[in-house]
Amino acid sequence: MNTSTDAVEVSHVSRTFGPKRALDDVSLAVRRGRVFGLVGANGAGKTTLIKHLLGRLKAETGSVRVFGFDPVNEPVAVLSRIGYLSENRDLPAWMCVDELIRYTAAFYPKWDDAYAEQLRQQFNLDPRAKVKNLSRGENAKAGLLLALAYRPDLLLLDEPSSGLDPVVRRDILEAIIRTVADEGRTVIFSSHLLEEVERVADDVAMIFHGRVALTGQLDAVKESHHRLVLRFDEPQPFAPKVPGVISLTGNGREWTAICNGRRDEAIAGTTRLGGKVVADEAPSLDEIFVAWAGNKSE
Amino acid sequence: MQLHISTGDGVPIYLQIANQVKHLLASGRLAPGDEIPPIRVLAKQLLINPNTVARAYLELEREGVVHKRHGSGTYISDAGSPLGRKERLKILSGRIDALLAEARNLRIEPAELMREISDRSRQIQPDK
Repeated sequence: MNTSTDAVEVSHVSRTFGPKRALDDVSLAVRRGRVFGLVGANGAGKTTLIKHLLGRLKAETGSVRVFGFDPVNEPVAVLSRIGYLSENRDLPAWMCVDELIRYTAAFYPKWDDAYAEQLRQQFNLDPRAKVKNLSRGENAKAGLLLALAYRPDLLLLDEPSSGLDPVVRRDILEAIIRTVADEGRTVIFSSHLLEEVERVADDVAMIFHGRVALTGQLDAVKESHHRLVLRFDEPQPFAPKVPGVISLTGNGREWTAICNGRRDEAIAGTTRLGGKVVADEAPSLDEIFVAWAGNKSE
Repeated sequence: MQLHISTGDGVPIYLQIANQVKHLLASGRLAPGDEIPPIRVLAKQLLINPNTVARAYLELEREGVVHKRHGSGTYISDAGSPLGRKERLKILSGRIDALLAEARNLRIEPAELMREISDRSRQIQPDK
């Protein structure tokens, strides 16, 4: 039995689909009681990674542990502790909401009827409504109810806010916050809405083309990145070769550099190239993401 | 206590909370002895991670702006903000720079700007 404080440990996992390398030597750890944001463009490998945590895919190389268990070899130990909301929310269309709730409850010994009913009322879901007639937002809320009502140790949400209106997105964020605030459980959610990640995540990982470009505490990631505005006396026809920067955009005399940690090196390099740093500010998570996305596509 | 979080501008959320509490205190909307919301309540109100609120409160406590009473809540301290004068001026200097740049763009002389600032100060604090 594993006694580590990590809810999830992924080490050196790679996975290919035909010629496509979906995951490339991915390692990350999710600590218990934290909210972990998985960030990446569509097709970056987020869903593939989540499928490994659920045991729906077997790691070709490396290992996956969820609460110390291998999800492929010990699916019951793992799945009984995960509340999962998939991006597609594949709920049986012909059931009514109350049938769906009773049907799902039967699988989980820890199911909490009172909590399920409280969520149903809070989400304003009609118990007699057929799943196929639910709106997109109601469908997401029904899926969220099913994932929450047995109070799983790990809540796993794959693009929970994708295509939803702000009111439903608020319900989802509230559910994430309540899960960690009131009960100290763990949440992993993937998203391309960086504003949401910035609000609720303790830790983040950014995934590009199947590789983890960076992972760490959100505050530490934000504090280690700098946005420098560089000004040169003469217009620069091409992006100047400034050392230590992840991305450099602009034209003419003014350029914006994003750097990670190597700020002093970038400032010294700029001076050597005949420019000076006219602004040094904290970038948003969005800017950090875009900088790394550009960096990896080179 | 009404706070507003913005995620676009790069300032960490815990700092936004800490700064806004200090501003509320400076503008008189919070007074020494006032209780500020429990961590979970503020986290749900602002839709942010409770650990972030905890970090903001810790920062405010470290600076002596608030204090915890055991078994009860978190309260604004009597001393108010004990930040050194140098630190307080440092917080202001960034805003002064921005204001001066804006004034120069609009071709408003520093002397005229000073007059505007004192007029405005009288308008927003008529009782002082």
